[in-house]
Amino acid sequence: MVKPKVKPAIEVLLKSPTGINGLDEITGGGLPKGRPTLVCGGTGCGKTLFAMEFLVRGAMEYDEPGVYLSFEEKSEELAKNFASLGFDLNDLEARKKLSLDYVHIERREIEETGEYDLEGLFIRIGYAIESIGAKRVVLDTIETLFSGFTDEVILRSELKRLFGFLKDQGVTAVITGEQGEGSLTRFGLEEYVADCVIFLSHQVAEQIATRRLRIVKYRGSVHGTNEYPFLIDEQGFSVMPISSIGLDHAASSERVSTGIPRLDTMIGGKGYYKGSSILVTGTSGTGKSSMAAHFVDAACRRGERCLYFAFEESRNQIIRNMRSIGIDLEQWVKKGLLEFRNSRPSLYGLEMHLVTMHKAIEAFKPAIVVVDPISNLMAAASEMEVKSMLSRLIDFLKMKQITAFCTDLTSTNSSVECTAVGISSLMDTWLLLKVMEESGERNRGLYILKSRGMEHSNQVREFCLTDNGAQLRDVYVGSGMVMTGAARVAQEARDRLEILSRNHDVERKQRDIERKKALIEAQITALRASFEVEKDELEQAIAREKLHQEVLAEETQAMARNRKADELASIKASTAKSGKRGGK
Amino acid sequence: MTGEATQKTPRKSKTENVEERYQLRLYVAGQTPKSITAFENLKRLCEEHLEGKYSIEVVDLLVNPQLARGDQILAIPTLVRKLPTPIKKIIGDLSNTERVLVGLDIKPLG
Repeated sequence: MVKPKVKPAIEVLLKSPTGINGLDEITGGGLPKGRPTLVCGGTGCGKTLFAMEFLVRGAMEYDEPGVYLSFEEKSEELAKNFASLGFDLNDLEARKKLSLDYVHIERREIEETGEYDLEGLFIRIGYAIESIGAKRVVLDTIETLFSGFTDEVILRSELKRLFGFLKDQGVTAVITGEQGEGSLTRFGLEEYVADCVIFLSHQVAEQIATRRLRIVKYRGSVHGTNEYPFLIDEQGFSVMPISSIGLDHAASSERVSTGIPRLDTMIGGKGYYKGSSILVTGTSGTGKSSMAAHFVDAACRRGERCLYFAFEESRNQIIRNMRSIGIDLEQWVKKGLLEFRNSRPSLYGLEMHLVTMHKAIEAFKPAIVVVDPISNLMAAASEMEVKSMLSRLIDFLKMKQITAFCTDLTSTNSSVECTAVGISSLMDTWLLLKVMEESGERNRGLYILKSRGMEHSNQVREFCLTDNGAQLRDVYVGSGMVMTGAARVAQEARDRLEILSRNHDVERKQRDIERKKALIEAQITALRASFEVEKDELEQAIAREKLHQEVLAEETQAMARNRKADELASIKASTAKSGKRGGK
Repeated sequence: MTGEATQKTPRKSKTENVEERYQLRLYVAGQTPKSITAFENLKRLCEEHLEGKYSIEVVDLLVNPQLARGDQILAIPTLVRKLPTPIKKIIGDLSNTERVLVGLDIKPLG
């Protein structure tokens, strides 16, 4: 871990924390303690600020007083310049935490005659260090010496001696140097400062300036080697580390509502995971911002804080537009639960956006962050940069357990599955809003393309924006096609009609049965009636016959009696026969 | 030159020597060979060209390090011409007499 060269002397390289946001993370603890560090870069890249912040933070946060030797600006000017960053140099000087010394070199006043050395400078530095017990020294910028003295041989040997002197003093020194052509510094200071070299740059790409910091070398220590973007604002210097963020964030199983009840139902009935990232893609006018507004509204209702980064619309415009779908965001702004950060993507470089977003998030501490839309950032940088920036942003948010809601505008003719930024793989939940064009209408369809770690509906829903907010409706799915809007309504009407007519049919048939039954029953009654009539007639006939026979038999008997005959038996038999018939 | 000097003289509160016009200060850091050479060179030069019209003050920064700031001393040895104004600085061991004279704005005698 430690370079062999250092090993015999010290086990571990001690570091002096700079107190500069993010820098200590990259350097693994700060600048090499007791050694000089060269900070170089072009004009206006922030060298002086870097150096001064190193001193001021050291004095205020680490109780390490510092000496600032300025070769360019007068102490009063410095004090004035840094007052705007909230550094009270005069106060620090009065408390003996800081010593400002302006080294003025005027070529016109100086005549060189014979041999000299820079012992006077050494004595000044030594005296300043001693007088406040300084642990840190800044020389800004020592190259001015080259314009003050003509004898470069003497100067170079004296510079070498100076760095040795600083090491002997045990101070952590920052030496600034102007960038030279083809070299880190104009006068080759890097020859003397071999321990740590930090390079600051201020690049302009497509009219957008980005400040970047790179650690060119750091002897005896591991360090981040990337170019790190940094920001100079009213709080001073902040560096945004890229690679120090690992993939070890906690994963919450807590759920947060989407703000649209039916959408909650679609993703397992509870909503998104807290701290997850949600991407909504869609072409323009599909309702991405409305979904974001719903989510924000629901969160504010729960009393959570939301930060809304808008790259397209102004704050008032969003509030007005969301009011049209029945969402009042203004009340949350007034309550301090919702904050808008509106900026044009081209206002500054992507890295600056990231850093400002970081700072805003750190300051506001939201539970939900909305970025609307991420695709607009493309205007400020290349696709790869956007992807890298977003992955860092999302990592950062995940680490903080902040739910990220990003919208992404896709162009109409591009494939659905291809988000403009290609970042869908970073996202946990990916919703797609798609325009479905048919029969002269454009309707919105909502798909869930993925939702990690939760069951979700695979069905498309129609996404309607109404006065009462966004609503999801079932689409008409049948015979291999999906119908939305008027077509869906028409189809539903047709369906209703069909059902109605079918019901009608059934009823008619039932009535038929009834009628038939009635008919048959009537026939049965009629038959029975005619049968009764016939039966009556027959019975009467039978009765008449019987009477006739009885009369006949009596007459026969009477006749027989009269005749005294013995053929009685045969008469009896014929009587029985007719009786039987009548019984039938 | 003379006119400028006479203008300056009344403002100067030094009363003991009205004739003194060159106030010189030599900054050294200890008794190094360079410092000694410089002092010797200076003394010789003044005797030759400024007899009775100068004063030399030697400041040892090892003794009074805080004085380095006031005159913006970086190089050692440095000779500062405090008077007459403007302030002039000559660094080095003053071995090149001609340049010292030019630096001090002294016209060589003879």
